[in-house]
Amino acid sequence: MNGFKYLKNGLINENPTFVQLLGMCPTLAVTTSAENGMGMGLATTAVLIGSNIAISLLRKVIPDKIRIPAFVVVIATFVTIIDMFMHAYALDLYKSLGLFIPLIVVNCLILGRAEAFASKNSVGASILDAIGMGLGFTIALTILGSVRELIGAGSIFGYTIIGGAYKPALIMILPPGAFIALGLLIGLVNYISRKKAA
Amino acid sequence: MENRLIASSSPHIRSDETVSRIMLDVIIALIPAFIASVYYFGLASVKITILSVLTAVIAEVACQKAMKRPVTIRDLSAVVTGILLAFNLPPSVPWWIPIVGSAFAIIIGKQVFGGIGHNFINPALAGRAMLATSWPVIMTNWVNPAGVDAVSTATPLAIMKETTASLPPLSDLFLGRIPGCLGETSAILLIIGGIYLVYRGVITWRIPVAYIGTVAVISLITEGSITGMTYHLFAGGLMLGAIYMATDYSSSPVTPKGKIIYGIGAGLVTMLIRKASTLPEGVSYSILLMNVAAPLIDKYTSPKVFGGVKK
Repeated sequence: MNGFKYLKNGLINENPTFVQLLGMCPTLAVTTSAENGMGMGLATTAVLIGSNIAISLLRKVIPDKIRIPAFVVVIATFVTIIDMFMHAYALDLYKSLGLFIPLIVVNCLILGRAEAFASKNSVGASILDAIGMGLGFTIALTILGSVRELIGAGSIFGYTIIGGAYKPALIMILPPGAFIALGLLIGLVNYISRKKAA
Repeated sequence: MENRLIASSSPHIRSDETVSRIMLDVIIALIPAFIASVYYFGLASVKITILSVLTAVIAEVACQKAMKRPVTIRDLSAVVTGILLAFNLPPSVPWWIPIVGSAFAIIIGKQVFGGIGHNFINPALAGRAMLATSWPVIMTNWVNPAGVDAVSTATPLAIMKETTASLPPLSDLFLGRIPGCLGETSAILLIIGGIYLVYRGVITWRIPVAYIGTVAVISLITEGSITGMTYHLFAGGLMLGAIYMATDYSSSPVTPKGKIIYGIGAGLVTMLIRKASTLPEGVSYSILLMNVAAPLIDKYTSPKVFGGVKK
């Protein structure tokens, strides 16, 4: 299999958010703005790349019966590194994401890729898989965050898009808006992919 | 000739009770309250109702065309949703509020889930909840009826909850001469419409009676007086909610016992919100919550199938 195929798999065919519906907790909770969504996506991508490399390297050493605890320890290590890194270099983002950074440990996307891919494939393929899945997750969260921020606050990445007399619909940056926006986006993705298949 | 030999699927005996006939009855029942709202709140109420109904119908057509489903605006259900949403808005709202709310009610509250009969919550209340969450200030800007001027004021329930200002007299409460949403204020006309609906067999007495009865009992205990209870019964959206919104077919339980439980539950939640939360009124959220619980209630109250195996 060539590398491009792995990337496309994560970005489109098996997009973690829109197709596999993995990692719904951060998807719904932190996408109140485009910036938060993108920050969360990139942090998850970094952890995913690290954990996929480590688990792929260790795949012949880890005993099969205790593989899940071993994976979690590896993932937790990378999450701690990212957590400290963001605390040092991206304090504003660190504050607005809050508890959801340590919670990347339990993001089922990362454990899912470790179990389904990295523990069975070579390091090179695992890196490409992590990049594809991570970017797919990042793009999905950024789109979701942009839609919610645009309708709920009239801006994207903090830049005012709709100003003037527009009164933002607060519901979109509150929890119900996450479910409504995600549901409609998944519907749209299904509609497009079905049209392509037909 | 060939067609005569083909048996269609049941039902073979049809009554003239159609969806459009039922919806027409609901509209007839709501007309007195609408006239009262025009009398008390003036042209604003006509404007809001027309915008809301028009948007509901247009949204329904647009949605059904886009989803390639048969267009069913002739069943009048979109009109009813539009009227009920307008009745749930304060008279002072700007023109775009009924449009946004009504479009949301039909598209997200109804069509996305499959159209009439498939909505799991009352579409009009979904629209109202969305508006109340998005623009809380606009949605609680009350004006005095038969207005001298459009002065911002408080609803009787808000007065009971937060301030010591004097409450309007009880007679105003029955007639609807109080600040509130368009169609919720005139208790007497809403009850008359409700009796018409029960007489026509469109709704049963169970949900409204269980709902209003529960609120009556709890408020009698918490307020300690008949007067206090009367304010709780007639001041807010209880009549509109219990008679017209909670009885929506597809979002309320089917079984008779389930209807009673559903009504009692809605009454409990309403009083819980009114007495224990920061909001003065809880009818709309209580109905939405019970809507979600309706399938569960049906599951536990459905009659045993004769001849079924004991588990």
